[in-house]
Amino acid sequence: MRRALILYSSNPIYSQLSTTRAPPGYVVFPKRDGGWIPPSSSYQPPVFRMRNYKCTLPPPLGSVGAASDSVANRPKMASQDEQDPRISKISSAIRVIPNFPKPGIMFQDITTLLLDTKAFRDTIDLFVERYRGKDISVVAGIEARGFIFGPPIALAIGAKFVPMRKPNKLPGEVISEEYSLEYGTDKMEMHVGAVQAGERALIIDDLIATGGTLCAAIRLLERVGVQVVECACVIELPELKGRERLGDKPLFVLVSSD
Amino acid sequence: MFAAENGLKGDPRLQAISDAIRVVPHFPKQGIMFQDITTLLLDHKAFQHTIDIFVDRYRDMDISVIAGVEARGFMFGPSIALAIGAKFVPLRKPKKLPGGEVIAEAYELEYGTDCLEMHVGAIPPGERVIVIDDLVATGGTLSAAIRLLERVGAEVVECACVIGLREVKGQRRLNGKPLYILVEPREIDGCC
Repeated sequence: MRRALILYSSNPIYSQLSTTRAPPGYVVFPKRDGGWIPPSSSYQPPVFRMRNYKCTLPPPLGSVGAASDSVANRPKMASQDEQDPRISKISSAIRVIPNFPKPGIMFQDITTLLLDTKAFRDTIDLFVERYRGKDISVVAGIEARGFIFGPPIALAIGAKFVPMRKPNKLPGEVISEEYSLEYGTDKMEMHVGAVQAGERALIIDDLIATGGTLCAAIRLLERVGVQVVECACVIELPELKGRERLGDKPLFVLVSSD
Repeated sequence: MFAAENGLKGDPRLQAISDAIRVVPHFPKQGIMFQDITTLLLDHKAFQHTIDIFVDRYRDMDISVIAGVEARGFMFGPSIALAIGAKFVPLRKPKKLPGGEVIAEAYELEYGTDCLEMHVGAIPPGERVIVIDDLVATGGTLSAAIRLLERVGAEVVECACVIGLREVKGQRRLNGKPLYILVEPREIDGCC
């Protein structure tokens, strides 16, 4: 069963900017000088909730009127009323294909999302709303489906786009990082000089499974002194525990698929 | 046809785009001056100009699909599609698209052949499509893309590329379809 749910990591990207850390699981919009900006009444922000987390912030303006902690403390799924309405359309636009690439795997096919102009637009908007104005200068996209989502986000937030590629595709001097597959290993490459030490980066891919690919991308960027602020994916397969594999790196996803 | 000959003569954006492209000599093999667009993607302004020029051109042409050729077509196509309200359809290397219902079109490489695939049903017949890739050289890949799309009854309105090599200069059409190209390849002085 697929849950349409925004999962929010316990290490908000804003922690570097805020003096007080928002309680895990419930974040509105941070101010650079600390504190939290409630959204304006003219805009409905996505509501991020994790089950079982106690919420101590006031709910966003315009939300259903229940007291914040009574809503967040109840261990239930985010219902249609409480989550961003864009999420359920995004979730239903993703096609599940059984037994690809091999028996037993339920493949999450985002190509149908790309055919739904509104849902694709909303997907990009949700990421852009989260990352705009956060001093992110690099969006690194993992070959090949990360190339579909990364550049529109990079353009909207004023960042560079850096492709993280399979071996021997990039023409210039590269640095490589090997990573494990179920059987064997693969390599990921990035151009030397694409990023500078001290830059703040986002890594984007369509989906996180075991987290192996994302970990390789994190290592590549960190090796050259880049700060990986967050990993962002459209879909998470939580049973494969990719989130844990990322360690202290935050992960943001739109849809979780069990 | 080149953008400079088609309404954008002297447009400073074209120069900025051209300047942002890096030439890598002898990649993937001796004698090839590889036109590397990754440096264009690092230049936010120039990358934005690239998208803007295509969007301005296609916005009012009733285009419902942007088809991008894997993998560098994926870097340009979706932004254009989003801006003009079109769908994005990836044209992929073999075995990448899930599900049994893909159609394939083979094309010639210098040595051997390769294949482009598309999901059946991604594009209803009669829809107007732009094919996008970073660069057109011989036109082999784009021709395969055109054939693939026509097989499902789509109308390929134009092929769009950031860079067009010398072989296509003077050819306004590919397989009978118009070609729209932003810049010519950069050269490096004193090299081969």
